[in-house]
Amino acid sequence: MRSLQVSGFATLLACLWSLPAATILGLTNFRGKRLARGFFSAFIGVPTVALGLVLYMLFSRSGPLGVFGLLYTPLAISLGQAVLITPIIVTFAASALESVDPELRDLARTLGASEMQTSLAIIREASFSVLLSVVAAFNRAIAELGIALMLGGNIRYVTRVLTTSIALETARGEIAFSLALAIVLLGIVYSVSLALNLLRKA
Amino acid sequence: MMMASFLETRELQMRYGPTTALAGANLQIEKGETLALVGPSGSGKTTLLRILAGLQSPTSGEALVEGRREDAAGLRRIASMVFQRTVMFNTTVYGNVSFGLHTKGLAKREIEEEVMRALRKVGLQGFEKRKARKLSGGEQQRVSLARALAVRPALLLLDEPTANLDPANASAIEHVVSNLGEEANTVVLATHRMDQAERLADRVAVLNEGRLVQVGDAKELFRRPSGFLASFGQLRNVFHGSVALSKEGLAVITLGGGVRIEAASNRTGKVSVFVRPEDIIVSKTPIVSSARNVLRGRIVKVEDQDGLVALAVDVGQELAAVVTKQSFVEMGLNLGLEVFLAFKASSVEVV
Repeated sequence: MRSLQVSGFATLLACLWSLPAATILGLTNFRGKRLARGFFSAFIGVPTVALGLVLYMLFSRSGPLGVFGLLYTPLAISLGQAVLITPIIVTFAASALESVDPELRDLARTLGASEMQTSLAIIREASFSVLLSVVAAFNRAIAELGIALMLGGNIRYVTRVLTTSIALETARGEIAFSLALAIVLLGIVYSVSLALNLLRKA
Repeated sequence: MMMASFLETRELQMRYGPTTALAGANLQIEKGETLALVGPSGSGKTTLLRILAGLQSPTSGEALVEGRREDAAGLRRIASMVFQRTVMFNTTVYGNVSFGLHTKGLAKREIEEEVMRALRKVGLQGFEKRKARKLSGGEQQRVSLARALAVRPALLLLDEPTANLDPANASAIEHVVSNLGEEANTVVLATHRMDQAERLADRVAVLNEGRLVQVGDAKELFRRPSGFLASFGQLRNVFHGSVALSKEGLAVITLGGGVRIEAASNRTGKVSVFVRPEDIIVSKTPIVSSARNVLRGRIVKVEDQDGLVALAVDVGQELAAVVTKQSFVEMGLNLGLEVFLAFKASSVEVV
């Protein structure tokens, strides 16, 4: 399934830079921290078409990143979705880390943990909430349409994903097929959430 | 040259903006001793412990370990602290107790052995697989203690380890602390309970408003309590008098104000006596019991004290007694009421 690959890779990419950023925002104090947090939380709800348009201009042949020839490739969609969900992971993961009892920090330190080990202990404490932010981000990525359409171009076998197929089939009047695809999409989103809930109980 | 103390602090100061939490603490702690920090809340006990634990750096002043200056990181290497409010990692008891051992990079087998040993010490063997946060408050505090003991700190710091605990768990903790042995033989214990300090500590340091007002061995402090110590909540009922009659281990002591009490003591001459408010039984009619002392007086002060009611009763001298809220209500006690105070001769401490 192209959708799972594209959005899964997007989520992995986003984690790569979002989780370290969230750790810095959640566990350290620095000048401009509030500004940085404000920046990320402002972009949580960014309209996918607006972001798609900006990235389209960047990726298109005449754009600054045009030389890479990324437009209308699956990688372009992944990159676009990764940018889209970065604010979600950063904001929610940082809040999760911040909400860990500050005394746990002292506890880890008084038991001989180094700064690094202390931070790891805090991340472990918040791991479920951090995972939740990643899952929410994945769901947002797999369910969005604007970026996939504008950066992918909905090319059959190449950049066609679930959401773009649904849009296309509906436009062609193939409502039954659209519905089936929509149910598959819902199924994916639902089973990811279900898996997370099972994990929480364990 | 004198041997350097195990731990020495020089002019430790801690200021938070305009407030001063610690105003120049000089303290010497010898290897192997248990030192109690006594003082009312807000006196700087926790701040001093946190500095000794290396969890915060003082505004000024320094700490020396065996004569060498150590910064916070150096102190963290030798000390481990148990906090007043229990905090548990969200994992099993085993995970909690083994945390410090993992940071040391010990082998799995060794970690297992040390965890079991620590849990045995606090009487929680068999609890390894339990979720730490599902345990009762008292059990959690015992896990905290085991967790600190597991790393075998050269200096163990305890911040009010029995506050908020039921008597059974509190005495379990006290039992562990008084039988530490090799795990951690140097202990600094913050408490606001003078009786606990007396039971557990070799020496007592009295803190008030960020200053060490008195340091000495527990018995000595009882004998000559400074004005502050005597007025400080937990050390009430200290009286001075002289033994009027002493026979077969029982002394009749006159305290002035027409008060005579009997104490289990062979002392003669001038003495100081101390009765724990908790050991005094309050009744509305004289009761027949084995208590050698029954005094009649009027309630002159009623004070709420963490779930208990502290009474001051004028029997010629003012005596403090404590009753539970329930008893206070059920007995219909109130200001001005006449009551009888009973306590055993063996409850009277004579120094």
